[in-house]
Amino acid sequence: MGTIVRAKHKSANRMLDDFFTRALLAGIGLAIMVGPMGCFVVWRRMSYFGDTMSHSALLGVGVAFLLELPLVAGVFAIAVTVSLSLLFLQSRNALPTDALLGILSHSTLALGLVIVAFISWIQVDLMGFLFGDILAVSRTDLAIIYGGGLALLAVLIWIWRSLLTATVNPEIAQAEGLKPERSKLIFMLIMASVIAMAMKLVGILLITALLIIPAATARRFASGPEHMAVLASLIGGVAAAAGLFGSLRFDTPSGPSIVVAALILFLLSQVPALFAKPSQRPNDGALS
Amino acid sequence: MDATVHTSLRPLLTLTGAGIQRQDRWLVRNVGLSVAPGEIVTLIGPNGSGKSTTAKMAVGLLEPDEGTCERMPGLSVGYVPQKLNIDRTLPLTVKRLLTLSARYSDAQIGEALFAVGIPDLVDAQVQHLSGGEFQRALLARAMIAKPDILVLDEPVQGVDFAGEVALYDLIQEIRDKTGCGVLLISHDLHMVMAATDTVICLNGHVCCTGTPEVVSADPEYVRLFGQRASEALAVYRHKHDHVHLPDGRVQHADGTITDHCHPDDGHHREGEAQEREPHA
Repeated sequence: MGTIVRAKHKSANRMLDDFFTRALLAGIGLAIMVGPMGCFVVWRRMSYFGDTMSHSALLGVGVAFLLELPLVAGVFAIAVTVSLSLLFLQSRNALPTDALLGILSHSTLALGLVIVAFISWIQVDLMGFLFGDILAVSRTDLAIIYGGGLALLAVLIWIWRSLLTATVNPEIAQAEGLKPERSKLIFMLIMASVIAMAMKLVGILLITALLIIPAATARRFASGPEHMAVLASLIGGVAAAAGLFGSLRFDTPSGPSIVVAALILFLLSQVPALFAKPSQRPNDGALS
Repeated sequence: MDATVHTSLRPLLTLTGAGIQRQDRWLVRNVGLSVAPGEIVTLIGPNGSGKSTTAKMAVGLLEPDEGTCERMPGLSVGYVPQKLNIDRTLPLTVKRLLTLSARYSDAQIGEALFAVGIPDLVDAQVQHLSGGEFQRALLARAMIAKPDILVLDEPVQGVDFAGEVALYDLIQEIRDKTGCGVLLISHDLHMVMAATDTVICLNGHVCCTGTPEVVSADPEYVRLFGQRASEALAVYRHKHDHVHLPDGRVQHADGTITDHCHPDDGHHREGEAQEREPHA
């Protein structure tokens, strides 16, 4: 029985044997999954927040090694802790948010680097964590990306109405009974999960780029929020494929190549704006 | 202060002795008001008098630090906040703005936009609307769900005079048609809608409550709100039993001057035009 099943899947198996095919599937899958999330990061002006969460992933790696936890669990736990700390510090109103983010972002990154340096008994591939190693993606990683990705997308669709209304105006959302605080918290958990999953693929320094650049590119062509979310997924998928083929062709590092491909798409999308009247640019100055 | 006009209908929401404190300072204190179905209640008062804070307490965005806020169980609210900036990175048509918190048919959307006078803007991007068009779109968004109460925080800001009159007419029309209660905040002391059933003057607390009458300026009212108010119509006739002096102190009807005024400090009297319940 087992042999029959195996024979049926032989061709698919052989395809997945190729590391480049696995990388391609992982990159495209991840980009499609993070497209809608990236839109919310852009709309809610959370790009620096996303950066802070992903920088904290290195601290998560260090903690996971120290406590002998699975990496994904360590990264997720630290990312959640950092975002909850930020909410707490914000409520204290002692420092402006950008200063708080700067403190959290760089101190968690530095702490992570220090802890990883202490762990002399394990060979840690620091570059792999910082810039990703999508070519080393295993079948298990693929299963996590597609399974987890679909689950996260389902959760995002579930909170979509509440989160979008809260993005337009949290007071309207609350007055009309849409529980904006709850969806904001759930969105943070989604972000932490994405970072934990994407770390291996593009590295913690480039995750935010994968979230923001396709969404920013999609803005130019989108007429509605859902439209922009779908476009961001498609553009991200194209960038992932183009970046990986580019890295194969020019022998460049794969994670940065994907981001460069996304950047090229973004720049191409801005070309028509150069010929339009400045006042008609829908996204001028708002992508910082 | 329990200075509310009591109607025969059960109120949609009632604030009793409600106050909000932030860092040892009372933003607003001792607010009593209620809104009944079909009633239009207007809050007026100078800057910083706690109008928006009171509205936020009423819709449940802020929990009162003292006093109570009772809302009818299952009360549905249509809210237009004072400030609403939609990020330019968010593509949003007027149609999608109206369907943010629930789904509606094209017919319902068309009807709501027709009612507020912008039927042609259904597919326009909200960032391209003028101030007046945007306020109308927000009003359409708040009313499309046919809520029990509309809470409108300065709904006519950025609207020219003619548009202001039209919007006030529209709010009245919505009230007449749907029978919803309306809690309206107006920063413009000159212009309170004629259909208002109850006007509440706030100045950190409820100064006075009454029915509007478009008559010449009440001298006490003018003294409270400054010279500018005297050049326009006073919104209603009422008698203040105390005056807020320019230095922030309060002169009472019996001539005494105190640093603050409280309804139960013994300086307040029953005014003829006020429907205040007697205090001990």
